[in-house]
Amino acid sequence: MALDILMPALSPTMTEGKLAKWLVKEGDVVTSGTILAEIETDKATMEFEAVDEGRIGKILVAEGTENVAVNAPIATLLADGEAASSAPRAAPAAAAKAEPAPMGVPAPVSTAPVLAPAAETEAQNSTWKTQTVREALRDAMAEEMRRNPNVFLMGEEVGQYQGAYKISQGLLDEFGEKRVVDTPITEHGFTGLGVGAAFGGLVPIIEFMTFNFAMQAVDQIINSAAKTLYMSGGQMGCPIVFRGPNGAAARVAAQHSQCYASWYAHIPGLKVVAPWSAADAKGLLKAAIRDPNPVIFLENEILYGQSFPVPDTQDFVLPIGQAKIERPGKDVTLVAFSIMVGKALKAAEELAAQGIDAEVINLRSIRPLDTATILASVKKTNRCVTCEEGWAFSGIGSEIAATIMEEAFDYLDAPVGRVAGKDVPMPYAANLEVLALPQVQDIVDAAKAACYR
Amino acid sequence: MTSKKAPARKGPAAGSNTAPTTDELIKYYKDMLLIRRFEERAGQLYGMGLIGGFCHLYIGQEAVVVGLQACAKPGDTVVTSYRDHGHMLACAMDPKGVMAELTGRATGYSKGKGGSMHMFSREKGFFGGHGIVGAQVPIGTGLAFAHKYKGDGGLCVAYMGDGAFNQGQVYESLNMASLWDLPVLYVVENNKYGMGTSVERASASTDLASRGQPYNVKTMSIDGMDVVAVREAGMEAVEYIRAGKGPVLMEAKTYRYRGHSMSDPAKYRTKEELQKMRSEHDPIEQLRHTLISMKALDDDGFKAIDKDIKDVVMAAADFAQTSPEPDVSELWTDIIIAA
Repeated sequence: MALDILMPALSPTMTEGKLAKWLVKEGDVVTSGTILAEIETDKATMEFEAVDEGRIGKILVAEGTENVAVNAPIATLLADGEAASSAPRAAPAAAAKAEPAPMGVPAPVSTAPVLAPAAETEAQNSTWKTQTVREALRDAMAEEMRRNPNVFLMGEEVGQYQGAYKISQGLLDEFGEKRVVDTPITEHGFTGLGVGAAFGGLVPIIEFMTFNFAMQAVDQIINSAAKTLYMSGGQMGCPIVFRGPNGAAARVAAQHSQCYASWYAHIPGLKVVAPWSAADAKGLLKAAIRDPNPVIFLENEILYGQSFPVPDTQDFVLPIGQAKIERPGKDVTLVAFSIMVGKALKAAEELAAQGIDAEVINLRSIRPLDTATILASVKKTNRCVTCEEGWAFSGIGSEIAATIMEEAFDYLDAPVGRVAGKDVPMPYAANLEVLALPQVQDIVDAAKAACYR
Repeated sequence: MTSKKAPARKGPAAGSNTAPTTDELIKYYKDMLLIRRFEERAGQLYGMGLIGGFCHLYIGQEAVVVGLQACAKPGDTVVTSYRDHGHMLACAMDPKGVMAELTGRATGYSKGKGGSMHMFSREKGFFGGHGIVGAQVPIGTGLAFAHKYKGDGGLCVAYMGDGAFNQGQVYESLNMASLWDLPVLYVVENNKYGMGTSVERASASTDLASRGQPYNVKTMSIDGMDVVAVREAGMEAVEYIRAGKGPVLMEAKTYRYRGHSMSDPAKYRTKEELQKMRSEHDPIEQLRHTLISMKALDDDGFKAIDKDIKDVVMAAADFAQTSPEPDVSELWTDIIIAA
């Protein structure tokens, strides 16, 4: 009986990919380990090997096809003597099997822009193009590296490998090994080295493969980068950007799924930025690189492949410390950052269907926190729900709730609601992970509770 | 500084491989004596309650920093740990500004906001003064990275103690500096005790310099109580580094006479051990005998130096006691630079 060969998932966050090239043709005999095709994922081009023995029957997806969904049949495999017309049977469990996309996480979109260009006011005179967050981050670094010869990128796999998440793709070719520096796996060391280089007059961009690994280096970030300006009476500025994915990706469990926003936001001397859209990513990363202070730049792996409109200009720089109202509304304020902005916008749509007009604030910066925008919104809506992926305890939502209590107590018609990650280490099992992460429905429920509905 | 002339990038630096001149020896004597007298005075001010918090004195180790800074050039950078007063004076920072920082005054190098362990002078190439044991080592590696990146011909001297030498980030630094041939001189000031724990109780191998070998780092082990020997080794090291051959790891065997900090009774060592080092290996007395035997200075000469240094230290102490505390508005400055 013929067997379906399915489009494989080759990374934790991959939901679709490009079938770049077939390396076998119909009629070829293959054995376990034969390389069948090259698949482009959101991170890399991977070779896809056969698991079962047989003969390639029919190729169902032509090479060059983009956006092939994970688990879609791409070819059939025939047993010995079988005709190509044999009907395929269900794939055995051993065949490449996609991990389910986490519920509530929007699948990466490759074409449709998520927000209308008209919503973006920062670059009214420029034209717009559609870019992924990944491309926007790369362009921001490339533009700033062209602009300032003292800017360099350092981290694990940023150069020859083209970035563990392909953020630095092409930068080594353009800027060379002097400015795109592959490090050993030595976070504490290269973080301290970066701080020293910043003291010495350079502008390092330090990439952490994920912010989970920055825990190895947190002393250098806090005790050296953040505090030395103060301890030196203003002599020792430290212009450095620490960037990388933060928060949960998909199915990578407790040690690789944590939001560090409140950890770094706690520290005077640091700026903390968390972009959501590609435009956020581009404009804020350029601002971070130009900033004379240490900036923690919290990206999100699931957002890397999502597309948004981005102003098509090299001068697009967003001010750090200013939030953006992504959706105006009058009934309740939803305050979110990073991936939670998308979920808050989805929640706002559902709330609208139920007659509740939610205002969605994209914080963009965690520290300095744009309390003016939050307070103005709350004074209008009289209700607020904070949305974050991190834990509620001592979280960003707690800080926002305290600020509202201190500054706008009399305007509140309901207690501030906090939507946050469950107070557990991130589980691996798909069903438990969904439960641990804050979902759209949680925001809808919290907003309705704040509206006494 | 041995020479104001910028030596060629390749080949021996001016003055290297040559014995120090009499004038240079007298300068080292003065520099070491200044550190000794300054630290004694700092200890006194601490006892009077004028200096607070932690205060780590460098008495006994003077030859290390004086001998090595004699090999440095303008534009080079220095970074060290919290036992840093001697390094600042050896980098030609103003004793008044250092002492005023110790007393927490507005005229201190950090406007009174850093204290004993956290002082800096960009102008003099002194990048701290770091309170976290070992943290200065990757920072110094980064300063060296910046020297190489900018091609300015400079190098960084990164000092640490034998205690810091067991921190993992030291080896991360040795590895990267060697991989990338960074211009950095790592100096382990082995004073035999990391706080109260002897090297023998803390280090599986007490041959500290040998730890550079797995990283293909050139290593040296020297008598850190002999300023002439330190200078000679330093010249060889900086010549190697400036030739672009990569980092050097130097263990300087030395001794601190005082406790780890002001509150340390130093019961982990014997009085005899301390007395033996003071009487047989004191860096200042050794050089004094050399200068006497060379007839470079007579009694009056030494007395004049003593008086000059006493005056400098007294002026620093006066300055540190009479300067105002920082204005209360300083609480809120120097946290974030306006972008």
